[in-house]
Amino acid sequence: MSPSGAEIIRQIREGVDEIDPADARNQLGNGAVLVDVRESEEFESGHIPGAQHVPRGYLESRIENAVPDRSQHVVLYCASGQRSALAAHTLSDLLGYEHVESLKGGITLWKDRGYEVEVPQTLSKEQRERYSRHLLIPEVGLDGQQKLLGAKVLLLGAGGLGAPAALYLAAAGVGTLGIVDDDEVDLSNLQRQVIHNTERIGVPKVDSAEETIQALNPDVKVVKHKTRLDASNIMELLEPYDIVVDGADNFPTRYLLNDASVRLRKPVVSASILGFDGQLSVFKPYEGPCYRCLYPVPPPAELAPSCGANGVLGVLPGVMGLLQATEVIKLIVEQGEPLVGRLLLYEALGATFTELKVRRDPECPICSRDPEEISDDEMGVFPDYEAFCEASG
Amino acid sequence: MATIRIPPVLRPSVGGEKEVVADGASVGEVLRSLAESHPQTESQLFGNDGDLNRYVNVYLNDEDVRVLDGLDTPVGDGDTLVILPAMAGGR
Repeated sequence: MSPSGAEIIRQIREGVDEIDPADARNQLGNGAVLVDVRESEEFESGHIPGAQHVPRGYLESRIENAVPDRSQHVVLYCASGQRSALAAHTLSDLLGYEHVESLKGGITLWKDRGYEVEVPQTLSKEQRERYSRHLLIPEVGLDGQQKLLGAKVLLLGAGGLGAPAALYLAAAGVGTLGIVDDDEVDLSNLQRQVIHNTERIGVPKVDSAEETIQALNPDVKVVKHKTRLDASNIMELLEPYDIVVDGADNFPTRYLLNDASVRLRKPVVSASILGFDGQLSVFKPYEGPCYRCLYPVPPPAELAPSCGANGVLGVLPGVMGLLQATEVIKLIVEQGEPLVGRLLLYEALGATFTELKVRRDPECPICSRDPEEISDDEMGVFPDYEAFCEASG
Repeated sequence: MATIRIPPVLRPSVGGEKEVVADGASVGEVLRSLAESHPQTESQLFGNDGDLNRYVNVYLNDEDVRVLDGLDTPVGDGDTLVILPAMAGGR
Protein backbone atom coordinates (compact mmCIF):
# COMPACT_ATOMS: atom_id res chain seq x y z
CA MET A 1 0.00 0.00 0.00
CA SER A 2 1.27 3.48 -0.91
CA PRO A 3 2.17 5.74 2.03
CA SER A 4 -0.21 8.61 2.91
CA GLY A 5 0.57 12.21 2.03
CA ALA A 6 1.16 12.97 5.69
CA GLU A 7 3.64 10.10 5.91
CA ILE A 8 5.56 11.36 2.82
CA ILE A 9 5.73 14.89 4.28
CA ARG A 10 7.00 13.48 7.59
CA GLN A 11 9.68 11.49 5.81
CA ILE A 12 10.79 14.46 3.70
CA ARG A 13 10.92 16.77 6.72
CA GLU A 14 13.16 14.30 8.48
CA GLY A 15 15.64 14.51 5.62
CA VAL A 16 15.69 18.31 5.42
CA ASP A 17 17.91 20.59 7.52
CA GLU A 18 15.87 22.98 9.62
CA ILE A 19 17.24 26.21 11.01
CA ASP A 20 16.03 28.05 14.09
CA PRO A 21 14.84 31.65 13.50
CA ALA A 22 17.60 33.04 15.75
CA ASP A 23 20.29 31.22 13.74
CA ALA A 24 18.63 32.16 10.45
CA ARG A 25 18.74 35.80 11.49
CA ASN A 26 22.48 35.57 12.05
CA GLN A 27 23.02 33.75 8.78
CA LEU A 28 21.29 36.51 6.81
CA GLY A 29 24.11 38.80 7.84
CA ASN A 30 26.57 36.23 6.51
CA GLY A 31 25.25 36.25 2.96
CA ALA A 32 22.57 33.57 3.10
CA VAL A 33 19.70 34.13 0.67
CA LEU A 34 16.25 34.05 2.20
CA VAL A 35 13.45 32.81 -0.05
CA ASP A 36 9.74 33.06 0.75
CA VAL A 37 7.92 30.17 -0.96
CA ARG A 38 4.38 31.20 -0.01
CA GLU A 39 1.65 32.45 -2.36
CA SER A 40 1.65 36.07 -3.55
CA GLU A 41 -1.16 37.20 -1.23
CA GLU A 42 0.68 35.78 1.77
CA PHE A 43 3.93 37.46 0.77
CA GLU A 44 2.20 40.80 0.30
CA SER A 45 0.54 40.66 3.68
CA GLY A 46 3.98 40.69 5.29
CA HIS A 47 7.38 39.04 4.79
CA ILE A 48 10.82 38.90 6.33
CA PRO A 49 12.81 41.97 5.19
CA GLY A 50 15.14 41.20 2.31
CA ALA A 51 13.40 37.94 1.38
CA GLN A 52 13.11 36.96 -2.25
CA HIS A 53 9.73 35.70 -3.32
CA VAL A 54 9.49 32.44 -5.27
CA PRO A 55 6.10 30.75 -4.78
CA ARG A 56 6.48 26.99 -4.34
CA GLY A 57 4.37 26.38 -7.43
CA TYR A 58 7.02 28.18 -9.52
CA LEU A 59 10.04 26.94 -7.59
CA GLU A 60 11.68 24.86 -10.32
CA SER A 61 11.19 27.48 -13.03
CA ARG A 62 12.11 30.61 -11.05
CA ILE A 63 14.64 29.68 -8.37
CA GLU A 64 17.58 30.09 -10.76
CA ASN A 65 16.72 33.76 -11.25
CA ALA A 66 16.61 34.36 -7.51
CA VAL A 67 19.59 32.15 -6.65
CA PRO A 68 21.75 31.42 -9.70
CA ASP A 69 24.64 29.94 -7.68
CA ARG A 70 23.91 26.40 -6.48
CA SER A 71 26.61 26.59 -3.81
CA GLN A 72 24.92 29.62 -2.20
CA HIS A 73 23.46 29.15 1.28
CA VAL A 74 19.67 29.26 0.89
CA VAL A 75 17.12 29.53 3.69
CA LEU A 76 13.52 28.84 2.66
CA TYR A 77 10.47 29.75 4.67
CA CYS A 78 6.70 29.53 4.49
CA ALA A 79 3.96 30.05 7.09
CA SER A 80 4.81 27.17 9.46
CA GLY A 81 7.72 25.24 7.93
CA GLN A 82 5.95 22.54 5.94
CA ARG A 83 5.91 23.94 2.42
CA SER A 84 9.45 25.26 2.85
CA ALA A 85 10.63 21.77 3.89
CA LEU A 86 9.13 20.29 0.72
CA ALA A 87 10.69 23.07 -1.33
CA ALA A 88 14.06 22.50 0.38
CA HIS A 89 13.82 18.83 -0.56
CA THR A 90 13.23 19.80 -4.21
CA LEU A 91 16.16 22.22 -4.24
CA SER A 92 18.69 19.84 -2.74
CA ASP A 93 17.54 16.48 -4.13
CA LEU A 94 16.32 17.47 -7.59
CA LEU A 95 18.06 20.74 -8.45
CA GLY A 96 21.40 20.16 -6.81
CA TYR A 97 21.53 23.11 -4.43
CA GLU A 98 24.27 22.30 -1.93
CA HIS A 99 23.35 24.23 1.19
CA VAL A 100 19.60 24.51 1.75
CA GLU A 101 17.75 24.93 5.02
CA SER A 102 14.11 25.35 5.95
CA LEU A 103 13.12 27.92 8.57
CA LYS A 104 11.74 26.11 11.60
CA GLY A 105 8.21 27.24 12.47
CA GLY A 106 8.09 29.48 9.39
CA ILE A 107 7.27 33.17 9.56
CA THR A 108 4.80 32.40 12.36
CA LEU A 109 7.56 31.46 14.79
CA TRP A 110 9.73 34.30 13.44
CA LYS A 111 6.96 36.77 14.33
CA ASP A 112 6.40 35.13 17.72
CA ARG A 113 10.03 35.82 18.51
CA GLY A 114 9.36 39.49 17.82
CA TYR A 115 11.62 39.70 14.75
CA GLU A 116 11.00 42.29 12.08
CA VAL A 117 8.39 41.81 9.36
CA GLU A 118 8.04 44.06 6.35
CA VAL A 119 4.52 44.82 5.18
CA PRO A 120 4.78 46.23 1.66
CA GLN A 121 2.31 48.87 0.62
CA THR A 122 0.24 47.21 -1.99
CA LEU A 123 -1.87 48.36 -4.86
CA SER A 124 -5.58 47.71 -4.93
CA LYS A 125 -6.94 45.41 -7.61
CA GLU A 126 -8.15 48.45 -9.53
CA GLN A 127 -4.75 50.13 -9.26
CA ARG A 128 -3.04 46.99 -10.52
CA GLU A 129 -5.17 47.18 -13.60
CA ARG A 130 -4.95 50.96 -14.03
CA TYR A 131 -1.15 50.95 -13.81
CA SER A 132 -0.63 47.51 -15.40
CA ARG A 133 1.44 48.92 -18.28
CA HIS A 134 3.76 50.57 -15.74
CA LEU A 135 3.98 47.39 -13.69
CA LEU A 136 5.08 45.53 -16.81
CA ILE A 137 8.18 47.67 -17.35
CA PRO A 138 10.91 46.87 -14.83
CA GLU A 139 12.11 50.51 -14.74
CA VAL A 140 8.81 51.43 -13.09
CA GLY A 141 7.28 48.23 -11.70
CA LEU A 142 5.55 48.04 -8.32
CA ASP A 143 8.30 50.00 -6.57
CA GLY A 144 8.24 52.83 -9.08
CA GLN A 145 4.45 52.98 -9.11
CA GLN A 146 4.41 53.30 -5.34
CA LYS A 147 6.99 56.08 -5.58
CA LEU A 148 4.76 57.83 -8.09
CA LEU A 149 1.71 57.47 -5.84
CA GLY A 150 3.70 58.89 -2.95
CA ALA A 151 5.18 61.80 -4.95
CA LYS A 152 4.20 65.45 -4.65
CA VAL A 153 4.70 67.60 -7.72
CA LEU A 154 3.99 71.32 -8.00
CA LEU A 155 2.99 72.69 -11.38
CA LEU A 156 3.65 76.35 -11.92
CA GLY A 157 0.82 77.29 -14.22
CA ALA A 158 -2.03 75.24 -15.68
CA GLY A 159 -1.40 76.78 -19.08
CA GLY A 160 0.34 75.66 -22.26
CA LEU A 161 3.02 73.58 -20.55
CA GLY A 162 1.21 72.82 -17.29
CA ALA A 163 -1.93 71.47 -18.95
CA PRO A 164 -0.38 68.52 -20.82
CA ALA A 165 2.14 67.87 -18.04
CA ALA A 166 -0.61 67.74 -15.41
CA LEU A 167 -2.75 65.41 -17.51
CA TYR A 168 -0.03 62.83 -18.01
CA LEU A 169 1.34 63.08 -14.48
CA ALA A 170 -2.20 62.47 -13.22
CA ALA A 171 -2.63 59.52 -15.57
CA ALA A 172 0.71 58.13 -14.37
CA GLY A 173 -0.59 58.17 -10.80
CA VAL A 174 1.50 60.96 -9.26
CA GLY A 175 -0.24 61.05 -5.89
CA THR A 176 -0.30 64.78 -5.21
CA LEU A 177 -0.40 67.48 -7.86
CA GLY A 178 -0.25 71.09 -6.69
CA ILE A 179 -1.26 73.69 -9.25
CA VAL A 180 -0.42 77.39 -8.97
CA ASP A 181 -2.48 79.57 -11.29
CA ASP A 182 -4.56 82.68 -10.68
CA ASP A 183 -6.03 82.82 -14.18
CA GLU A 184 -9.40 81.84 -15.67
CA VAL A 185 -9.98 79.71 -18.75
CA ASP A 186 -10.19 81.81 -21.90
CA LEU A 187 -11.37 80.73 -25.35
CA SER A 188 -7.93 81.55 -26.79
CA ASN A 189 -6.34 79.04 -24.38
CA LEU A 190 -8.13 76.03 -25.80
CA GLN A 191 -5.96 75.75 -28.94
CA ARG A 192 -3.31 74.17 -26.65
CA GLN A 193 -4.37 73.96 -22.98
CA VAL A 194 -6.00 70.56 -23.31
CA ILE A 195 -6.84 70.11 -19.63
CA HIS A 196 -9.60 72.75 -20.00
CA ASN A 197 -12.62 72.76 -22.29
CA THR A 198 -15.18 75.00 -23.95
CA GLU A 199 -17.76 74.64 -21.19
CA ARG A 200 -15.30 75.92 -18.62
CA ILE A 201 -14.53 79.31 -20.19
CA GLY A 202 -14.42 81.82 -17.34
CA VAL A 203 -13.82 79.12 -14.71
CA PRO A 204 -10.61 79.39 -12.64
CA LYS A 205 -7.95 77.24 -14.26
CA VAL A 206 -7.16 75.47 -10.99
CA ASP A 207 -10.81 74.36 -10.70
CA SER A 208 -11.02 73.30 -14.33
CA ALA A 209 -7.75 71.34 -14.06
CA GLU A 210 -8.92 69.65 -10.87
CA GLU A 211 -12.16 68.52 -12.50
CA THR A 212 -10.35 66.98 -15.47
CA ILE A 213 -7.77 65.28 -13.26
CA GLN A 214 -10.37 63.83 -10.90
CA ALA A 215 -12.31 62.41 -13.83
CA LEU A 216 -9.12 60.90 -15.25
CA ASN A 217 -7.67 59.44 -12.05
CA PRO A 218 -9.31 59.59 -8.63
CA ASP A 219 -6.03 58.39 -7.03
CA VAL A 220 -4.60 61.88 -7.50
CA LYS A 221 -5.04 64.55 -4.85
CA VAL A 222 -5.14 68.00 -6.42
CA VAL A 223 -4.01 70.92 -4.28
CA LYS A 224 -5.20 74.23 -5.73
CA HIS A 225 -3.19 77.41 -5.24
CA LYS A 226 -5.21 80.16 -6.92
CA THR A 227 -2.56 82.78 -6.50
CA ARG A 228 0.43 84.35 -8.22
CA LEU A 229 3.86 83.34 -7.08
CA ASP A 230 5.80 86.13 -5.47
CA ALA A 231 8.67 86.49 -3.06
CA SER A 232 6.30 86.53 -0.08
CA ASN A 233 4.62 83.17 -0.74
CA ILE A 234 7.07 81.11 -2.81
CA MET A 235 9.01 79.43 0.01
CA GLU A 236 5.83 78.30 1.72
CA LEU A 237 4.27 77.11 -1.55
CA LEU A 238 7.27 75.04 -2.64
CA GLU A 239 8.09 73.52 0.73
CA PRO A 240 5.69 70.52 0.73
CA TYR A 241 6.62 69.37 -2.79
CA ASP A 242 9.33 67.06 -4.15
CA ILE A 243 9.65 68.47 -7.67
CA VAL A 244 8.53 71.67 -9.43
CA VAL A 245 7.39 71.86 -13.06
CA ASP A 246 8.14 75.32 -14.39
CA GLY A 247 5.68 76.51 -17.00
CA ALA A 248 5.83 80.18 -16.03
CA ASP A 249 5.25 82.77 -18.72
CA ASN A 250 7.67 85.46 -17.53
CA PHE A 251 11.26 86.01 -16.49
CA PRO A 252 10.73 87.46 -13.00
CA THR A 253 8.87 84.30 -11.94
CA ARG A 254 11.52 82.05 -13.47
CA TYR A 255 14.35 83.79 -11.59
CA LEU A 256 12.34 83.87 -8.38
CA LEU A 257 11.50 80.17 -8.69
CA ASN A 258 15.15 79.38 -9.33
CA ASP A 259 16.35 81.21 -6.26
CA ALA A 260 13.74 79.64 -3.97
CA SER A 261 14.23 76.13 -5.38
CA VAL A 262 18.00 76.35 -4.82
CA ARG A 263 17.40 77.45 -1.23
CA LEU A 264 15.01 74.54 -0.71
CA ARG A 265 17.08 72.09 -2.82
CA LYS A 266 14.06 71.18 -4.96
CA PRO A 267 14.63 70.07 -8.54
CA VAL A 268 12.90 72.14 -11.21
CA VAL A 269 11.90 70.67 -14.55
CA SER A 270 11.90 73.73 -16.74
CA ALA A 271 10.60 74.38 -20.24
CA SER A 272 9.84 77.43 -22.32
CA ILE A 273 8.20 77.90 -25.69
CA LEU A 274 7.96 80.46 -28.46
CA GLY A 275 6.54 80.02 -31.92
CA PHE A 276 7.89 76.70 -33.12
CA ASP A 277 10.78 76.55 -30.64
CA GLY A 278 11.03 74.93 -27.24
CA GLN A 279 13.73 74.64 -24.59
CA LEU A 280 13.93 72.05 -21.82
CA SER A 281 16.27 71.38 -18.91
CA VAL A 282 16.29 69.97 -15.38
CA PHE A 283 17.81 72.22 -12.71
CA LYS A 284 18.80 70.02 -9.79
CA PRO A 285 20.33 72.24 -7.12
CA TYR A 286 23.98 71.54 -6.31
CA GLU A 287 24.08 68.49 -8.60
CA GLY A 288 23.89 70.52 -11.78
CA PRO A 289 23.66 74.12 -12.90
CA CYS A 290 20.75 76.38 -11.94
CA TYR A 291 18.73 78.70 -14.16
CA ARG A 292 21.04 81.62 -13.34
CA CYS A 293 24.09 79.56 -14.39
CA LEU A 294 22.45 79.14 -17.79
CA TYR A 295 21.01 82.64 -18.07
CA PRO A 296 22.92 84.98 -15.72
CA VAL A 297 20.86 87.98 -16.82
CA PRO A 298 17.54 88.21 -18.64
CA PRO A 299 17.45 89.65 -22.15
CA PRO A 300 16.12 93.16 -22.70
CA ALA A 301 12.44 93.44 -23.46
CA GLU A 302 12.84 93.65 -27.26
CA LEU A 303 14.56 90.27 -27.22
CA ALA A 304 12.24 88.75 -24.65
CA PRO A 305 8.84 88.46 -26.21
CA SER A 306 7.25 87.12 -23.09
CA CYS A 307 5.63 90.32 -21.94
CA GLY A 308 2.50 90.12 -24.02
CA ALA A 309 0.68 87.55 -26.07
CA ASN A 310 2.83 85.69 -28.56
CA GLY A 311 2.02 83.19 -31.21
CA VAL A 312 2.76 79.55 -30.54
CA LEU A 313 1.96 76.40 -32.46
CA GLY A 314 -0.67 74.71 -30.30
CA VAL A 315 1.01 71.32 -30.18
CA LEU A 316 4.42 72.78 -29.24
CA PRO A 317 3.64 73.25 -25.53
CA GLY A 318 2.14 69.74 -25.70
CA VAL A 319 5.47 68.32 -26.85
CA MET A 320 7.48 70.32 -24.32
CA GLY A 321 5.03 69.74 -21.45
CA LEU A 322 5.15 66.00 -22.04
CA LEU A 323 8.94 66.06 -22.13
CA GLN A 324 8.70 67.81 -18.75
CA ALA A 325 6.32 65.13 -17.45
CA THR A 326 8.76 62.47 -18.67
CA GLU A 327 11.64 64.07 -16.76
CA VAL A 328 9.47 64.36 -13.63
CA ILE A 329 8.61 60.66 -13.75
CA LYS A 330 12.27 59.73 -14.28
CA LEU A 331 13.24 61.77 -11.22
CA ILE A 332 10.52 60.13 -9.12
CA VAL A 333 11.27 56.55 -10.09
CA GLU A 334 15.03 57.29 -10.17
CA GLN A 335 15.61 55.78 -13.60
CA GLY A 336 17.49 56.90 -16.65
CA GLU A 337 19.64 59.98 -17.10
CA PRO A 338 17.79 63.14 -16.15
CA LEU A 339 18.35 66.22 -18.32
CA VAL A 340 20.64 67.79 -15.71
CA GLY A 341 23.44 69.96 -17.09
CA ARG A 342 21.95 69.68 -20.55
CA LEU A 343 19.62 71.93 -22.50
CA LEU A 344 17.42 70.36 -25.12
CA LEU A 345 16.20 72.56 -27.97
CA TYR A 346 13.29 71.45 -30.12
CA GLU A 347 12.51 73.21 -33.38
CA ALA A 348 9.23 71.98 -34.75
CA LEU A 349 9.41 73.30 -38.32
CA GLY A 350 12.72 71.62 -39.01
CA ALA A 351 11.84 68.69 -36.71
CA THR A 352 15.25 68.98 -35.03
CA PHE A 353 16.41 68.28 -31.49
CA THR A 354 19.69 69.89 -30.37
CA GLU A 355 21.43 69.20 -27.09
CA LEU A 356 23.74 71.78 -25.49
CA LYS A 357 25.91 71.43 -22.39
CA VAL A 358 25.13 73.63 -19.41
CA ARG A 359 27.86 74.05 -16.80
CA ARG A 360 27.62 75.13 -13.20
CA ASP A 361 28.90 78.69 -12.92
CA PRO A 362 31.45 78.82 -10.09
CA GLU A 363 30.51 82.47 -9.68
CA CYS A 364 26.75 81.96 -9.83
CA PRO A 365 25.19 84.56 -7.52
CA ILE A 366 22.85 81.91 -6.12
CA CYS A 367 23.99 78.31 -6.42
CA SER A 368 27.68 78.91 -5.75
CA ARG A 369 26.68 79.60 -2.14
CA ASP A 370 25.19 77.55 0.67
CA PRO A 371 21.40 77.71 0.63
CA GLU A 372 21.37 79.00 4.20
CA GLU A 373 23.34 82.06 3.08
CA ILE A 374 20.72 83.18 0.58
CA SER A 375 18.40 85.73 2.18
CA ASP A 376 14.77 86.54 1.47
CA ASP A 377 15.81 89.92 0.11
CA GLU A 378 17.98 88.40 -2.59
CA MET A 379 15.35 86.14 -4.09
CA GLY A 380 14.19 87.03 -7.55
CA VAL A 381 16.37 90.12 -7.65
CA PHE A 382 15.82 91.33 -11.11
CA PRO A 383 15.93 94.50 -13.19
CA ASP A 384 12.67 96.40 -13.21
CA TYR A 385 10.99 94.03 -15.57
CA GLU A 386 7.48 95.39 -15.42
CA ALA A 387 8.79 98.76 -16.50
CA PHE A 388 10.57 96.94 -19.35
CA CYS A 389 7.39 95.33 -20.55
CA GLU A 390 5.45 98.56 -20.39
CA ALA A 391 8.15 100.38 -22.31
CA SER A 392 8.11 97.77 -25.06
CA GLY A 393 4.33 97.94 -25.30
CA MET B 1 32.55 78.89 -43.27
CA ALA B 2 30.68 78.20 -40.05
CA THR B 3 26.95 77.73 -39.73
CA ILE B 4 25.14 79.99 -37.27
CA ARG B 5 21.78 78.94 -35.87
CA ILE B 6 19.57 81.93 -35.33
CA PRO B 7 17.02 81.96 -32.48
CA PRO B 8 13.43 83.02 -33.17
CA VAL B 9 13.88 86.52 -31.71
CA LEU B 10 16.79 87.31 -34.05
CA ARG B 11 15.29 85.83 -37.20
CA PRO B 12 13.60 89.08 -38.28
CA SER B 13 17.09 90.67 -38.28
CA VAL B 14 18.45 88.12 -40.76
CA GLY B 15 15.55 88.03 -43.18
CA GLY B 16 13.71 85.26 -41.39
CA GLU B 17 16.43 82.63 -41.80
CA LYS B 18 16.92 79.88 -39.18
CA GLU B 19 20.53 79.36 -40.22
CA VAL B 20 23.09 81.56 -41.90
CA VAL B 21 26.72 80.95 -42.81
CA ALA B 22 29.54 83.34 -41.99
CA ASP B 23 33.32 83.52 -42.35
CA GLY B 24 35.84 83.78 -39.57
CA ALA B 25 38.52 81.86 -37.74
CA SER B 26 37.22 82.59 -34.25
CA VAL B 27 33.83 82.91 -32.57
CA GLY B 28 34.31 86.70 -32.42
CA GLU B 29 35.18 86.92 -36.13
CA VAL B 30 32.23 84.79 -37.18
CA LEU B 31 29.80 86.86 -35.13
CA ARG B 32 31.36 90.14 -36.40
CA SER B 33 30.92 88.88 -39.91
CA LEU B 34 27.27 88.10 -39.12
CA ALA B 35 26.80 91.61 -37.75
CA GLU B 36 28.34 93.10 -40.91
CA SER B 37 26.01 91.17 -43.20
CA HIS B 38 23.01 91.79 -40.95
CA PRO B 39 23.63 95.10 -39.13
CA GLN B 40 20.46 94.82 -37.03
CA THR B 41 21.99 91.92 -35.13
CA GLU B 42 24.97 93.96 -33.93
CA SER B 43 23.35 95.70 -30.98
CA GLN B 44 21.58 92.48 -30.03
CA LEU B 45 24.82 90.52 -29.90
CA PHE B 46 27.44 93.04 -28.78
CA GLY B 47 27.52 95.64 -26.03
CA ASN B 48 29.18 99.05 -26.35
CA ASP B 49 32.41 97.56 -25.01
CA GLY B 50 32.57 95.17 -27.97
CA ASP B 51 31.99 92.14 -25.79
CA LEU B 52 29.12 89.71 -26.18
CA ASN B 53 26.04 90.80 -24.28
CA ARG B 54 25.72 88.72 -21.12
CA TYR B 55 22.17 87.71 -21.96
CA VAL B 56 23.29 86.07 -25.20
CA ASN B 57 24.60 82.52 -24.86
CA VAL B 58 26.77 81.30 -27.71
CA TYR B 59 27.64 77.64 -28.15
CA LEU B 60 30.31 76.20 -30.39
CA ASN B 61 28.68 72.94 -31.40
CA ASP B 62 27.34 71.87 -27.96
CA GLU B 63 29.73 73.76 -25.67
CA ASP B 64 29.20 77.23 -24.17
CA VAL B 65 31.96 79.51 -25.49
CA ARG B 66 32.20 81.05 -22.00
CA VAL B 67 33.85 77.83 -20.80
CA LEU B 68 36.07 77.75 -23.93
CA ASP B 69 38.02 80.87 -24.91
CA GLY B 70 35.03 83.14 -25.35
CA LEU B 71 35.20 85.24 -28.53
CA ASP B 72 38.75 84.00 -29.16
CA THR B 73 37.64 80.35 -29.43
CA PRO B 74 38.84 79.01 -32.79
CA VAL B 75 36.14 78.00 -35.26
CA GLY B 76 36.72 75.45 -37.99
CA ASP B 77 34.88 74.80 -41.24
CA GLY B 78 31.80 72.75 -40.57
CA ASP B 79 31.44 73.97 -36.98
CA THR B 80 28.05 75.21 -35.85
CA LEU B 81 27.49 78.23 -33.64
CA VAL B 82 24.22 78.31 -31.70
CA ILE B 83 23.02 81.72 -30.51
CA LEU B 84 20.65 81.28 -27.62
CA PRO B 85 18.84 83.94 -25.67
CA ALA B 86 16.63 82.96 -22.74
CA MET B 87 12.94 82.43 -23.47
CA ALA B 88 10.26 82.64 -20.84
CA GLY B 89 7.03 81.66 -22.57
CA GLY B 90 4.99 78.94 -20.92
CA ARG B 91 1.43 79.71 -21.82
